[in-house]
Amino acid sequence: MAVTEIRITGFGGQGVILCGYIIGKAASIFNDQHSTLTQSFGPEARGSACSAQVIISGERVLYPYVTAPDILIAMSKDGYLTHKDKIAEDCIIVYDKDLVKLEKHGPKVKTYGVPATRIAEELGRKIVLNIVMLGFFGAVSEILPREALRKAVETSVPSGTEGLNLKAFDKGFEYGLSLKKETVATA
Amino acid sequence: MSAKQVKDTAQEIKEHPMEGLLRMDRMPHIWCSTCGLGTTVTALATAINQLGLDTNKMAVVSGIGCTGRVAGYLKLDSFHTTHGRALPFALGLHISRPDMKVIVFSGDGDLISIGGNHFIHTARRNVDITVICVNNFIYAMTGGQVAPTTPVTAKSSTTPYGCYEHPFNLPRLAASSGATYVARWTALHIRRMTNSFKEAIAKPGFSFVEVIAPCSTLYARLNRLGTGLDLMKFYHDNSVIKHGIEPKDADIDFQSKIVVGKFIDIEKPTYIECLNDANKHVFGDKYKPYGGSDGSY
Amino acid sequence: MKADPRNVLTGANYLDGNHASAEGAIAAGCKFFAGYPITPSTEIAERFARRIPLLGGVFIQMEDELASMNAILGASWGGLKSMTCTSGPGFSLMMENFGLGIMLETPTVLVNVQRGGPSTGLPTLPGQADMMQARWGSHGDYEVIALAPDSPQESFELTIHAFNLSEKYRMPVLVMTDECVGHMTEKVIIPPAEEIELVERKYTDKKPGEAWPYESTNGDIAPMLPVGKGYKFHVTGLTHDYRGYPVINAEAQKLKVKHLVDKINKNVDDIIWIEEKDTDDAEIVMLSYGISSRVMQPAIARARKEGIKVGQIKMVTVWPFAEKRIAELAGKVKSLIMVEMNYGQVFLEMDRIARGRCKTYLAGHAGGTVHKPEDIYQIIKEAAK
Repeated sequence: MAVTEIRITGFGGQGVILCGYIIGKAASIFNDQHSTLTQSFGPEARGSACSAQVIISGERVLYPYVTAPDILIAMSKDGYLTHKDKIAEDCIIVYDKDLVKLEKHGPKVKTYGVPATRIAEELGRKIVLNIVMLGFFGAVSEILPREALRKAVETSVPSGTEGLNLKAFDKGFEYGLSLKKETVATA
Repeated sequence: MSAKQVKDTAQEIKEHPMEGLLRMDRMPHIWCSTCGLGTTVTALATAINQLGLDTNKMAVVSGIGCTGRVAGYLKLDSFHTTHGRALPFALGLHISRPDMKVIVFSGDGDLISIGGNHFIHTARRNVDITVICVNNFIYAMTGGQVAPTTPVTAKSSTTPYGCYEHPFNLPRLAASSGATYVARWTALHIRRMTNSFKEAIAKPGFSFVEVIAPCSTLYARLNRLGTGLDLMKFYHDNSVIKHGIEPKDADIDFQSKIVVGKFIDIEKPTYIECLNDANKHVFGDKYKPYGGSDGSY
Repeated sequence: MKADPRNVLTGANYLDGNHASAEGAIAAGCKFFAGYPITPSTEIAERFARRIPLLGGVFIQMEDELASMNAILGASWGGLKSMTCTSGPGFSLMMENFGLGIMLETPTVLVNVQRGGPSTGLPTLPGQADMMQARWGSHGDYEVIALAPDSPQESFELTIHAFNLSEKYRMPVLVMTDECVGHMTEKVIIPPAEEIELVERKYTDKKPGEAWPYESTNGDIAPMLPVGKGYKFHVTGLTHDYRGYPVINAEAQKLKVKHLVDKINKNVDDIIWIEEKDTDDAEIVMLSYGISSRVMQPAIARARKEGIKVGQIKMVTVWPFAEKRIAELAGKVKSLIMVEMNYGQVFLEMDRIARGRCKTYLAGHAGGTVHKPEDIYQIIKEAAK
C-alpha cells in the first residue's frame, strides 16, 4: 500500500501537533493502518514556527521522518514559507486563506485554501482553527474516511469540548466538499 | 537475693548498656579516642530507648565520612550511602515507608557541602526526617581539609595559612530552608543533646540537630588546640545557652564563645501531609490517602 | 504474578515512546518515580505525575538527578518498585549512584532518552552515543543490563521487561531509548492485565537474626531483606561481605566484584534477547539496536532485492552483548556491519569479538537525526565487494 507523508505547519499554540496527532490516530486506531507522528520540539513548539509530520502506510513505517510530503497543511505564513519548497512534485497544499498567501508552485501541485480563521471565529472560538483545517484537509485529500477522522477528533480534544470541535471539523469538511464540487464543475 | 538473681545481675553487667542498639559484632569502631562521635551516638541510643519506640520501625541513613560510619554501628535498618546523598536516599526510604522513623546521621562536609543542595530541598519540603549533623569543622576522614564550617583563621590541610572563607551557620541554613525543629549542642552537653534528639525524633517534619564536636585528631592538631577532650571542654565551657535565639545570631568564630540551645520549634504540615491534602482537595473521595509500600500508614 | 488491572490501560492507544514508557512502568506496578526535568525525557515524568495519584503511588520532582537516583534506591529498599528517567547531562549525574544501586544490589529502572552530546549537545534531537556510558559510566567494575526499544510499542513492553529483570537479578536496569523513539507517536497495543507477567521481589524466608542481605557471593541472586520487619540489617556502598558489613581488602573485593559480574555472566542465556532475520545463509549480517535497527530496514530490503545476502540482528538487549552468537557468525560470514547513531561504540564490541575472522564495518552517525537509508545501503555495497 502507498505511503503518504504529511506535514502540518503553523505557529506554536495553534494546535499543530494536535492536528498531526488526530490524523495519525485516525489512520492507526480507526482505519487499521500504520502511522508515525513526529514533531518539532523545544522553544520553537511554544511560540514561533513549528511543525508536525505524519507518515501513513499500509505497512509498518520504517523511516520515521517525512522527506518530501505528499500533503502540506499550512496554518501560518512563516510555516508555509519554511516548508513550501520541500514537498513532493504532486503535493497537495492545504492552507488557511486568511493567513497564507500562496506563491508559485509546480504544475502538478494542487492547492486548496480555506478561510479557517474566519470559520473558527464564526464558531466563537478561534482556537478551533486547527480542527477546521483538519476537516477541510479530510475532504480535499480523501486519504482517510470522514468517520475515522471524526472519531479521532472526538477522542483527542479536551473533554467538554467535543461538541464544539466536531462542529468545527464538520464546517471545515463541508467547505472542502463544496470546494471540490466547484473544482470538478469548473474543470 | 537468690542465687539466680545474683547470676542475672552479673550477666546484665556484662552487657553494654546500649547493646540492643549497637552492632556489637562491629566493635571496636573506627573513631579516634576523645572524638565527640562516641557521646553523640550514645545520646541517640539513649534517646531512642527513652522514647520507647519500636526499633524495628526505625532506620538510619548516613553518607560518607567519619560521622557517615554511624549507620554501620547502629542496630537498626541502616544504610551507608554515597557522599552527600544520604538525604535523597532517606527521602525515598521515608516516602516508601512513612510509618518508619528515618534518621539521617552524617557530617557537615557530607550534608552541607557535597550534599548542600539536598539539604536545603529536603528541609524545604519538610520531609519527616530527623537529621543529626556532627560538625567537626573539617574533613576528617580524608585527612583534615577545609570544610564549609571551618571557622575563619582556623588551619586545615588545604588552608595551611588559615581559612578565609565565610563558614555556614548551620542552624540558620536549616531554619531558613524550612526546618521545623532546629537545635545545637556540643558533644559534651549529653543530657540536653539527648533531650533534643528525643524532641527532634518525635517532631513531625524536617528536624535538625547540630552537634559541635571538633575533630579531636586533625582539627586539634593542625590548630594546636591540645587534645580532643581539651577542645570539647573548651566548647562546652564557652557555650552560652540561648533558647529561641534568632539563628542568624548563632555564627561560630574561631575559638570564641558559641551559642547553643533550641532555636526553632514550629508546626508545619509535612511533605506527605501536603501530598495527601493537595490530592484530596483535587480528587475528593476518589483519592485514597497514600499509605506507603505496606499500606499501613 | 499478573499485572493489576487498575494499572493497565488496555486497548489500542496512540502514544509516543515516552508516554508508552510511563504506561509500561505503571503497568509493571511502579509506585515511586523521582525525576528531574530534562529534554527529551520529561514526558515520562509528566505522564507518571498525572496518572499516579489515583493509583496509590508518588511522583516527586527532585532537586537534581543525583537526588533522583538516590531517592529511587531508597524507595526500592522501602519496598516500592521505583524508577527515574533522564537524558544527556542528567545521565552523567545519575552515574554516581547508578553504581550505588549496582553495589547495594537494588532493583530499580532508569530510562535514558538519548539525545546528541557531548555536554548540552542537542537537547531536542536524537543520539545513541551514551551506549558505552551505559556500560561503563559509573566507576568500578560491574556488568549491566541495557535494553533498547525501537518504537513506542517496545518502549511500553521493554519498560515492563526492565522492571522484571531488575527484580529477578536484583539490580538497576537501563532502558536506552532515544529522542526519536521517545517523541515518535504510534499505535501502542496494551494487552489485558492478565496477559502481563510480572516478576515479584524475592524476600528472605528466614527469621530476623538469621538472615543477611548478601547471602550469595557466587553470582546467584540472594533474596532481599525487608525494612521495618526487625531484620535490622546494614548495607553499604563500601566493599562488603555477606552481612553487608564493610571489608576493606583484596579478598572481599574479589568476592564482591566477581559476584556482581557473575550475576550477569552466568545468566546471559536468560538475559540476552536478540531478534535474527535471514542470518542462515547471510554473507553480510547487519547488527543494530533501537531506532537504528528500524531505519536500516529500507537499505537491507534494497540490497536483498539486488541479490546481496544480507541478514540482520536486532539487539533488544545491547548489554550484556550477544558475544557467543556474534562470535559464531563472525566465523561464517564475510562481513558484519554495526548500525548505530554514534561514531563507534557498540561497534567496538562487535569488532573485538569478530577478531579479524570477518570484515567489520561501522555505519556510524553523529546524531541529530537518524541515518539516511541510502548511506547504510552504500556501506552494504562496500561490504559486499
